[in-house]
Amino acid sequence: MARFLMVARDAGDMSAIVGDVSPEEIQEILNKYSAWSEKLAKQGRLQGGEKLADGEGRVLAANSGSVRVTDGPHAASKEVIGGFWILTADSYEEAVKLASDCPHLEFGTLEIRQIEEMPA
Amino acid sequence: MNVEGVVGHLFRRSAGQMVAAITRALGPDHMTLAEEVVQDAMVKALQTWPFQGVPENPRGWLYRVALNRGLDALRRDAARRDKLLLLPPPDQIAALPEDADPFADDELAMIFMCCHPALTPDARIALTLKGVAGFSVPEIAAAFLAEPAAIAQRLVRAKKTLVQRGVEFEIPDPVDARDRIDSVLEALYLLFNEGYDAHDGDRLVRDELCFEAIRLGELLIRSPAVRTPEVHALLALLCLQASRLPARLDENGEVVLLRDQNRSRWDRELIGRGVRHLSEASSGDRLTSYHVQAAIAAAHTLAADDASTDWEYILDLYDRLLLVSPSPVFELNRAVAVAHVHGPARAIEALLPLLEYPAMRRYYLLPAMLGGSTTKSMMPRGPHSGTTLRSSCRAMPLSGAFSSENAPPSTNRSRRRAARVQEDREFSSVRESGGSAEGDAVRAQP
Repeated sequence: MARFLMVARDAGDMSAIVGDVSPEEIQEILNKYSAWSEKLAKQGRLQGGEKLADGEGRVLAANSGSVRVTDGPHAASKEVIGGFWILTADSYEEAVKLASDCPHLEFGTLEIRQIEEMPA
Repeated sequence: MNVEGVVGHLFRRSAGQMVAAITRALGPDHMTLAEEVVQDAMVKALQTWPFQGVPENPRGWLYRVALNRGLDALRRDAARRDKLLLLPPPDQIAALPEDADPFADDELAMIFMCCHPALTPDARIALTLKGVAGFSVPEIAAAFLAEPAAIAQRLVRAKKTLVQRGVEFEIPDPVDARDRIDSVLEALYLLFNEGYDAHDGDRLVRDELCFEAIRLGELLIRSPAVRTPEVHALLALLCLQASRLPARLDENGEVVLLRDQNRSRWDRELIGRGVRHLSEASSGDRLTSYHVQAAIAAAHTLAADDASTDWEYILDLYDRLLLVSPSPVFELNRAVAVAHVHGPARAIEALLPLLEYPAMRRYYLLPAMLGGSTTKSMMPRGPHSGTTLRSSCRAMPLSGAFSSENAPPSTNRSRRRAARVQEDREFSSVRESGGSAEGDAVRAQP
């Protein structure tokens, strides 16, 4: 069993994506996430997740002996990392299957990367 | 992370309650800010909970986020800081069990503010839906068959009126409570009708309007200060009418006539609640239109089948209703009872004078009743519609005159919208007489 990082990208501003949503609609969207994550949790496939704070982060780069810090990455449509989950799966194939009905796909993209495990 | 189980109806309920609690804290003139920060908190939940799971106390979480945002906004406005009252600390909210209602009084005060008599009935409903029931502007627009921009305008004007009049955020004193309660009851009645009387649009949203009206009515009942027989009477009426919602539409969304409804689908629990409220309502000395309407609804709902409907009793009730609350719409409904008791000819006699009311000429149920089931004649237009109707109804075979008893025509959406716009302008007298202009509404569907 391997672990996978699943990164959720979107436009970075949920209210801009969903517009003037009613509480009922918010609840509906959350219920979809709930159905998805509960299914994965029951199968022991969901280890956890975190939401990243809104707004730009910092990008660091070595620059002739010093470190150059810039704001970024700049917000562009569907490019901002909103948060991530850690999944467990036997293979990429299975991980993709687990991700393919994630409600986030309505709002942005998902990227899956296998986590390299240290040998015991 | 169990969102569905924990959240249930949390969001819509919490929206109204939190807007109320935060409005109390920030003052009535900050209702818009309160709405904004509550909406922000919910969007924040939408962003966060999918990743991190639902917090231990979702309501406490939402309240804390909304409160912090509201305070931040006001801190930037130092002049208003001293107006801040003490808010319930979020930790205290978090300690409460999920079904406790720390905001009940705030919600009640909010209802009274949103339903202030200084506002027009339409403004009251819109403001109540926004401020208490947690509806979005597009949802309210859908309920009114209006443009969102028009609803937004209506809300702005209503809030301005409240600020200008210096309306307080409070549960009114018993001294002036009666007027204030009447004003609330009227709004709830209309709110229910908005959900009940329309035959297109999103049915779930419309049912929700009905149940929201009942929920708010029951909130009034919970407070000893406003637990009056009139409130029980209105609740009796609303519960009894709502009990028929499950049987009211067929698979195609067309209205099923009362006599054709599958009575086993009526909601027994709501009928029971309605009857209990009706018995509570009889304790007062004031006979209101709601009392009589509820009694009529009960007479229909409690009949084992259509054939055993006691029309003589219902006719008697309509006579009393017209004494309490004269209205051409009620006269129209009375004519149905007249037809059952005395025959169609007498009913036609009772209906013809109604054509003298300009508003009634456009009221689709009147030609529906006069003209049988010819849908095309149901929504007459133009200056001569009244006379056309009169002559056409005389030409109709009498035996068929009530074959479409209270049947609304199946109209398409744009037609209904056009009708509603006209009603807004021309039906005000009908509306003010105690109901929305639509006939198949609370009082209109026997």
